[in-house]
Amino acid sequence: MSFKPEHEIHRRRFSRNLGVGLCLAAFVMLGFFLTVEKVTRGNPMNALQGKPFVAAPEAAP
Amino acid sequence: MTDTQVQATTVEPGFGDFVQLLKPRVMSLVVFTALVGLMVAPVHLYPVAAFSAILFIALGAGASGALNMWWDADIDVLMRRTKNRSIPAGRIQPGEALGLGVALSGISVVMLALATNLVAAGLLAFTIFFYAVVYSMWLKRSTPQNIVIGGAAGAFPPMIGWVAATGSVSLEACLMFALIFMWTPPHFWALALFMKEDYSNAGVPMLTVTHGRRTTRAYILIYTVLLVPFAMALGWTTIGGPVYIAVAAALNLWFVVGAVRIYRRDEVQAEADKYAVEKAFFRFSLVYLFAHFSAMLVEAVLRSMGYGV
Repeated sequence: MSFKPEHEIHRRRFSRNLGVGLCLAAFVMLGFFLTVEKVTRGNPMNALQGKPFVAAPEAAP
Repeated sequence: MTDTQVQATTVEPGFGDFVQLLKPRVMSLVVFTALVGLMVAPVHLYPVAAFSAILFIALGAGASGALNMWWDADIDVLMRRTKNRSIPAGRIQPGEALGLGVALSGISVVMLALATNLVAAGLLAFTIFFYAVVYSMWLKRSTPQNIVIGGAAGAFPPMIGWVAATGSVSLEACLMFALIFMWTPPHFWALALFMKEDYSNAGVPMLTVTHGRRTTRAYILIYTVLLVPFAMALGWTTIGGPVYIAVAAALNLWFVVGAVRIYRRDEVQAEADKYAVEKAFFRFSLVYLFAHFSAMLVEAVLRSMGYGV
């Protein structure tokens, strides 16, 4: 049980803090999943390793 | 902008007040048209990249909305339609809106570049600049052609969606741009016809204020007729088809009929029925745009199911 009644200002401040917190969490999650998608489905990153592009060898039948 | 006309902050702003700065209703139109631009493109993005593209295009639109509200706070406080916005109502300081707008502009452009490509990000940056600087700071208060040229800012989202997927601008993207660009003047002038007092009080040189309502009615008809070829032309591109052509033909016919009815009326008739025809035309203009883009989406779905032309 709260001894001090919550003021309107605290409620508004909490909504702002919660909103910003959720936005930041969502942004981090988006960055993570975007990175996973780019790495797993994107083009081979030979350029980052200083190598020319070489197509991946065909899998043996 | 004169800060003296904006009330000082008297209350602690909640999260919703900052969301309101991003103009969520405008954002919903941006999300929809950008989504259609992305979905009808011949190249498809992976799901997270596509979601990111839409999110950051919407965020960029919201950022330009915040910058617009920061700049226009002095006239927003004078207009009935806008006086309850966060800044004129005193819930948010103008500087906070400026900070939010600039920060979100940077985040949205950089993230769109990382998620998709530099051309799409460049177009988004240009759109934000166009809306915040060219339209809000320059055109809006200096020429009655403000919404004609300023309408370009609202017309870019489907083009950005298309470019995010394909990496380049094409005829289809230009026609989607033209559809919204040509639709904007009749849409806003119909609003101005029954909101004249607002713009007049704020000193914004809307066509109704500078050239009178008779001329505005004529301009609505002219721009509606000029819109038709652009709307119909999309039907014969790679993203059009029989469904789109049928929907567009019906909508454009009805839109022109509405514009002719507006043109034939005078102020006495309009006052008598409290601008019923103008209000109906304005509401129909929203349906008009939504239905055109929905029809493009339907065509894309049909093509993916093998029913494409």
